[in-house]
Amino acid sequence: MSEAANLDRKAWKGVMVFAESHEGRFEPVTFELIGKARELADKTGQDVICVAVGHPLSDITGDLLHYPVDRVLAYDAPEFQHFVAGVYAAALEDAVLLERPSVVLIGATPVGRSLAPRVAVRFRTGLTADCTVLDIRPNGDLVQTRPAFGGNIMATIVTRNARPQMATVRHKVMPRAERLEAPRGALLPKSIAAPQALAGFTRHLAAVRVKSETSLPKAESISDAKVIVACGRGIRAKEDLQMFEELADRLGGVLAGSRPLVEKGWLPAARQVGQSGRTVRPDLYIACGISGAIQHVAGMSGSTTVVAINQDKDAPIFETANYALVGDMYEIVGELLKTGGA
Amino acid sequence: MKIVALMKQVPGTSDVAIDPERGTLRREGVAVKTNPYDLHALEAALDVRDKLTDGSTVSVVSMGPPQAEAVIRESYWMGADGGALMTDRAFAGADTLATAFALSQALKKQGFDLIVAGMQSTDGDTAQVGPGVAEFLGIPHVSYVRSIDAVRPDRIEVTADLGDRYLSQEVQLPCLITVTKDINQPRLPSFRKRKETAGRAVDIVKAADLPPSDEQHLGLAGSPTRVEKIFPPKRERVREVWEGPSVELAGRLATLLKEVLEP
Ligand SMILES: Cc1cc2nc3c(=O)[nH]c(=O)nc-3n(C[C@H](O)[C@H](O)[C@H](O)COP(=O)(O)OP(=O)(O)OC[C@H]3O[C@@H](n4cnc5c(N)ncnc54)[C@H](O)[C@@H]3O)c2cc1C
Ligand SMILES: Nc1ncnc2c1ncn2[C@@H]1O[C@H](COP(=O)(O)O)[C@@H](O)[C@H]1O
Repeated sequence: MSEAANLDRKAWKGVMVFAESHEGRFEPVTFELIGKARELADKTGQDVICVAVGHPLSDITGDLLHYPVDRVLAYDAPEFQHFVAGVYAAALEDAVLLERPSVVLIGATPVGRSLAPRVAVRFRTGLTADCTVLDIRPNGDLVQTRPAFGGNIMATIVTRNARPQMATVRHKVMPRAERLEAPRGALLPKSIAAPQALAGFTRHLAAVRVKSETSLPKAESISDAKVIVACGRGIRAKEDLQMFEELADRLGGVLAGSRPLVEKGWLPAARQVGQSGRTVRPDLYIACGISGAIQHVAGMSGSTTVVAINQDKDAPIFETANYALVGDMYEIVGELLKTGGA
Repeated sequence: MKIVALMKQVPGTSDVAIDPERGTLRREGVAVKTNPYDLHALEAALDVRDKLTDGSTVSVVSMGPPQAEAVIRESYWMGADGGALMTDRAFAGADTLATAFALSQALKKQGFDLIVAGMQSTDGDTAQVGPGVAEFLGIPHVSYVRSIDAVRPDRIEVTADLGDRYLSQEVQLPCLITVTKDINQPRLPSFRKRKETAGRAVDIVKAADLPPSDEQHLGLAGSPTRVEKIFPPKRERVREVWEGPSVELAGRLATLLKEVLEP
């Protein structure tokens, strides 16, 4: 599958970004990916190519030129109005066949996570999920870092002998590219042309019919909160969360937590911070009774100020905290609420 | 209708050993369980079968070490009709591409109309294997299915949860879906079924049972991604350690919160 050792690296050039959009708006992760793509491309003298797939796109694709891209390929056709994985995969496959990029970056959104593996299989190439750090070697090899194996361990992953090198990245993990005053680059309207991509497009179009799409009320996202009070397994009973929610309320913030609380059903999945939850970058993150496993830390290490309360003075969370409070979270927060200190 | 659930065994805890040579998970000798999402996948498969009452069957396919047979056994106790465990040294060390490829080969061999996978595994956590299998098989897939709205002989209707919207679609069979936890409440294993199926075999699938030319596409050798190195995370924050009676710590925290939030 991975084509022997005789991969011709020079035949694959460019850093491609899948620009996901919905209802006339690009997913914010798109602009984060463009920023990273520019950095990788500049290090190795490559172009940044954005691929937008959707309908209608004409109102928004121009805006991508205000970000540091070299070209935008826009696949705008009625068939792309709703997300159908096989149909979108055909468009991205077509773009990859056209450009032969060395790297393809995709947001780790529900759409991206459904789309990326199909395209990776079409090219029999590697796909690394939820990267937290991306770098590039002079020879063009993408160095992908992510928390791994459920241990307190990071792994560096490379895709050897296969191209394009594909990676997904979650929202808020990487900084957003700055908007440029003057537009740059070229906007190229595209329709699927490569015969093999066209075949897949036709087949999937015939096999799937979208019946309805229902927007969900915009849930308040913990990713946008300025203050987060997060609880972990130090919580002994579901009712006890009230006290910490009270603290969050008084600080004008929201309550979040570690994965075990979500698994127990004490918190909704949308409130989970970490590798398989949300990434957050609040001004203030107060971690109560959280040990600080790498999968948790991966989702909050970008916070400006971190306060951690843990009774175990060796808890790893303290190494990610600016203020390490060794003590009982119930007593400390209880006292804080009682004395009106918050 | 031939319904297949893809199920995987995962570590029971987060503290997992790593094989320093391969840079892969060491799966021997750690507490294990069935990937919780895959119980929802099996439940969805059983539910479709039970509503059809037309002689449809549910089988389970799992790839993993010999001990992953437990996943298939558990599925029998819940009501699966058959199961295959893909276990072979040649499958070991597979990344998501090689895993999806191996699963797709076994599925081709046994046949399928509807394949149901979990939305992600709690150890790999990529959500990539399901869509990958579908692509290898050349069939459509829908990820993050939260409800199966209708089942007809040649197609199904499902609603996917894309976070900010629900997308209902009608998909021709054969197809693959991956399901979220919202789709159902998995039934508990039944003691009666446990007794009834005690003698039922678990099919063992070896690399040699798959088309022979595919050997180099399996396991570590068939995996384009390589773990080059593993290392402890860097954590560098200037920190103050506060120790003392809770009342005192609460007082200092109150002062700190004022400083941070009202600069
Ligand atoms: C693939 C994968 C993805 C994962 N994704 C995530 C993720 O997105 N988010 C996530 O959070 N985890 C994730 N995990 C799980 C992660 O590895 C840890 O298991 C989890 O974060 C531990 O949660 P915890 O810190 O709440 O619990 P524990 O590790 O059990 O820690 C509880 C802490 O509370 C302290 N404590 C107990 N009582 C008190 C008290 N009264 N006062 C003060 N301190 C107290 C203890 O000293 C301890 O440090 C993932 C794991 C894997 C394998
Ligand atoms: N080794 C495996 N054997 C059977 N099914 C698997 C295996 N790995 C992954 N899957 C299926 O693919 C889903 C997603 O897994 P992952 O891509 O690891 O997050 C799981 O919920 C399973 O349904």
